[in-house]
Amino acid sequence: MTSSQLQSPSRRQSAQAVQAAVRRNKPQFRPLKVAGEVVLGVVVLAFLFPIIFTFFSALKPNGEIFSQPPSLIGSEIRWQNFVEVFNYTPFLRFIVNGLIISISGTIIVVAVSSLAAYSFGILKWRGRDKYMLLYLATMMIPQEVLVIPMFLLMQKFGWINSWQALILPWAFGAFGAFLLRQFFINIPYELVEASRMDGCSQWGTFTRIILPLAKPSLAVLGVWTFITFWNSFLWPLIVVNDVNQLGNVSLGLQTFFGEHGSSWNLVMAASVIAILPTLIMVIALQKHLVKGIATVGLAGR
Amino acid sequence: MTAISNKTVQRRIPDPAAPIKRKKKSDSRAALGFLTPSAVGMTVFILFPTILAVATSFFNWPTFGDISFAGLGNYRNLFAPGSQFPAALVNTLVFTLLVVPINLVLTLSTAFWVSTSRFSRLYRVLFFLPVVTPTVATAVIWKLIYQPNGLVDSTMQSLFGIHLPNLLGDSSTALLAVVVVIIWQGFGYNMLIFSAAIDQLPQDILDASKLDGAHGLTQLLRIKLPLLTPAIFFASTVTMISAFQMFSEPFVMTAGGPGTSTVTVVMNVYQTAFQGGELGAAAAPAIILFVLILVVTMIQWLGQKKWVHYDQ
Repeated sequence: MTSSQLQSPSRRQSAQAVQAAVRRNKPQFRPLKVAGEVVLGVVVLAFLFPIIFTFFSALKPNGEIFSQPPSLIGSEIRWQNFVEVFNYTPFLRFIVNGLIISISGTIIVVAVSSLAAYSFGILKWRGRDKYMLLYLATMMIPQEVLVIPMFLLMQKFGWINSWQALILPWAFGAFGAFLLRQFFINIPYELVEASRMDGCSQWGTFTRIILPLAKPSLAVLGVWTFITFWNSFLWPLIVVNDVNQLGNVSLGLQTFFGEHGSSWNLVMAASVIAILPTLIMVIALQKHLVKGIATVGLAGR
Repeated sequence: MTAISNKTVQRRIPDPAAPIKRKKKSDSRAALGFLTPSAVGMTVFILFPTILAVATSFFNWPTFGDISFAGLGNYRNLFAPGSQFPAALVNTLVFTLLVVPINLVLTLSTAFWVSTSRFSRLYRVLFFLPVVTPTVATAVIWKLIYQPNGLVDSTMQSLFGIHLPNLLGDSSTALLAVVVVIIWQGFGYNMLIFSAAIDQLPQDILDASKLDGAHGLTQLLRIKLPLLTPAIFFASTVTMISAFQMFSEPFVMTAGGPGTSTVTVVMNVYQTAFQGGELGAAAAPAIILFVLILVVTMIQWLGQKKWVHYDQ
């Protein structure tokens, strides 16, 4: 007789007991609970209303944006608003630019951070924790303090209005290294020792043992970095001269708004175009994103 | 007593392994190798610029043209008549003082509420959507909502027959209107942090407190809130730092106006440097903001002993 067979009857019994207890405590229908759910649902809907409203406004004729009383759906549904946006402004270009910048930025951040995190989380060397603290301290320096010297640096490098200026300057923050280190220190050290014992080099241990184990945390960092790059605004505003060539979606939307500010239906269509990529990403990758924030929040103690 | 014995145990355990380790090379050379890309990048793009930022603030440093030493001139000019900096500083402080407490109270209570729902996972993601929406899009959307005859105004008209003033065009309401947007946008982030913390509340303590007679509100105030103070500390620090750095929303929605009623310090930095072409004069408010963030974070860090409960 295996242990599972031994356990199963008692486990079934206890499960039944729990179910019975739950049934006793919980009547089938609890009006207060249902009412609470309904109210919460309404609150969530109201919270999301600006986004819902944007989608509907993007499909209206421009004359009906301010119609009284307010209505979501106009006299006609104008999908051609989106076509017009793409005709007026190279939004496709902005999306491609955003992808180029965000993907290269993300690759660099994940690569550099995981290397540093291996050093801080796995390797043993003197002064390690002191240097980690120093790294963490740099997270206190806000981007806004750095934009002026960074602009000077870009001038010196001749990088104004270039891809590398959009990608490199913000790819070396301590955040990624810190986040990954928090995951790495939970990897059993015996695995590292065993792989070293088997003759694996440090590089081999890093690529064959640590990285595969750390995939979920790399995904968390990757998603978060991508979104940060994708949504960046202040720095592109400073370093990009030719919006049509190097602009991302944020910069493109701001320019479009400046030029067609009175065509609210088109501005809303452009906003929908700006919102959709991250919206889809969050819904598709919610698990990684949510986990990442939660980890950072809980590790922040 | 237990702490001491723990320490000795911890010390004793690695000892048998130590000779094996000592035979091998220390990891320090490998550590240097793995750290180099990050360290080089950080030196070039963070440490050096930080020093340069401080230096720049002591020079007359036009975007194009000759550079000359200015001493404290840039800092003195911030408070000279006609300077926007005092208004920007006051606005930034008011923004922060409004955004941080309102955000924390709303997100924490919503996190508790949502945690009781059977759709809590879905709701967390939905509340999170504005966080990942490009700020420019958020600002543009809310600008439309705030227009005269826009969503807010027309709703008020049809419900109460009140015609609102131009919310963003009136200096008495513009700042509050922007605050609402900032809170809306940042809501999901803190809510997620609180939700994660609520999920991890230790069940044994909650059960024990129930046995001791703590239910409902008592349990919430006496047991759950103290257990959540680390998360509250983290969320308040992060929210405060980002409120101090506010730029995109007011820049797109009001460009600082009407008058100077929504100018922020970062906007002041941007306008002086990249619209006025005075990099040195712009570095000074940036440094002041940096010092302000450092000091307030320090105070919070030191003050946390008084109200943050850590489990160890």
